[in-house]
Amino acid sequence: MATKLKTVELKLPATTDDLRALEIGTVVYLTGRLYTAREGVYKRAVEDGAGMPAANVDLGSANFHCSPAAVINPDGTYKVGAVTATASFRFAKWLDGWFDISGSNIIIGKGGMTSEIYRNVFVPHNAIYLTTVGYGTGALLGRGIRDVPGVYWRDELGLAQAVWVLDVEHFGPFLVESDLAGNSLFERENAKIAPGIDKLYAGTKPATLRRYGETDDKTEEVI
Amino acid sequence: MIPIASLERTAFDLMAKAAIEIPDDYLAGLRRCADTEKGDLSAFVIQAMLENYEAAKEDRRAMCGDTGVPRWYVKFGNEARVEGGPVALERALRSATARATREVPLRPNRVHPLWRTDHDNNVGINAPEIEYAFHPDADWVDLTTVHKGGLFGSDYRMLFPGDGIEGIKRFYLDTLIGFGKRGLACQPAIVGVGLGGSKDTSMTLGKQASCLRVVGSRNPDPKIAALEEELKEIGNSIGMGAMGFMGSSMVVDCHIEVGYCHTGGMPMSVHMFCLSSRRATARVYADGRATFRTDPDWFTDYSRRSTVEWGKPVAEAAE
Repeated sequence: MATKLKTVELKLPATTDDLRALEIGTVVYLTGRLYTAREGVYKRAVEDGAGMPAANVDLGSANFHCSPAAVINPDGTYKVGAVTATASFRFAKWLDGWFDISGSNIIIGKGGMTSEIYRNVFVPHNAIYLTTVGYGTGALLGRGIRDVPGVYWRDELGLAQAVWVLDVEHFGPFLVESDLAGNSLFERENAKIAPGIDKLYAGTKPATLRRYGETDDKTEEVI
Repeated sequence: MIPIASLERTAFDLMAKAAIEIPDDYLAGLRRCADTEKGDLSAFVIQAMLENYEAAKEDRRAMCGDTGVPRWYVKFGNEARVEGGPVALERALRSATARATREVPLRPNRVHPLWRTDHDNNVGINAPEIEYAFHPDADWVDLTTVHKGGLFGSDYRMLFPGDGIEGIKRFYLDTLIGFGKRGLACQPAIVGVGLGGSKDTSMTLGKQASCLRVVGSRNPDPKIAALEEELKEIGNSIGMGAMGFMGSSMVVDCHIEVGYCHTGGMPMSVHMFCLSSRRATARVYADGRATFRTDPDWFTDYSRRSTVEWGKPVAEAAE
């Protein structure tokens, strides 16, 4: 699509040199093999110690936080409609172990994680984060899927949590959310918006009844 | 008597339409956002979404891979009779939901909250939700399905009369900023605000305000309509656009619905219907014929009535 943003076509698997060229805010399209994995997979593989569902070379090196709107036909073939990411921050706690066993160097998802996670977990593994766009360019992403070479842990985890291996071509768009130095596009944008927020609240006062979360001291009352 | 087969066939068609076709009112609203958006990243996101809607319609595939948690709103004309009764209708809606999940396909999102059991068909205990309303002097049934994401963009708070309009604006901003960062709410959104009622009614009204009213509609109370306009403007002046990037595209429209509440309180809810604002409605008549539309026409003078008796319009009463 036409945009003034810098746009890169990236082949998978991507080398560290390939990733070094990606700045936050760059538009990326992917060609090659990737796989889906989310909380059910992480818990089973990392926490329960089951390891990877297949050889890493068969899964690919980019982990998409999603599950497709898809169905397994009676003849064993697959019909994939749309694919859209799910919010990634919930999965941060498993990623260190996941990078170790998966060897992946690209995480694709929704909303990114904190730059602290990028610095502590992504950077040591030479990994970056790509965010989906919208969110919900599910139909555009669905168009980029050329083949489904395998689905793993379907019986163990169900269709929505299973590992779907996808061979894709011009699959995107995505935006580079974290680079190899651990910078975050979202945090950069948050910082731009922050200075204007106080004046939005001018003239208002906190609600009469407070809630936990507005104070972390649980010895306090909420009134 | 409305044939049950017509209702089930119509319900299936609605599931596909909702998942694939962005409603015209939302599309027009998003295009207005695109025309005024100055942030280059936010503008890119909106442009990608506009192309995505076209791809979905061309390919007949779901516009978003997270096809939400499909649910139903049923409005019975007072004179409508359904073959097999309401139990048969509920079975038909569940059956259509399951079949559409396989055939569109939709993502089978629904699982047991504790055991994570997955029927792979979006049907389970208390799922899909079916809400009912009624309408006088009519023999049709309106079926509406809404596919709304289920994780972010909604919140509830018990405010009090002393918190006033400023308290409403504050909680509204809290919700938009909190869920707008990183675009968790998948904005620009149709924001629904529920004010009053009991706690659960406040949540229900706010959700219905976001999902069942079209962009551009206004509450019939002129002061509430003015507050809708004001909240829309406030939301778009946060400085935040699509995906939480710097910009102005946060709120495509704001809808407020109210219900009488406890004299001591002012419960409030906020809901955000996302870049894939998926809803589709059909009216099924006694002869089984169905007409499709995207305006659920859920809120009416009758549904918002505040008196004990419902007075028929003068012209009808004279007959």
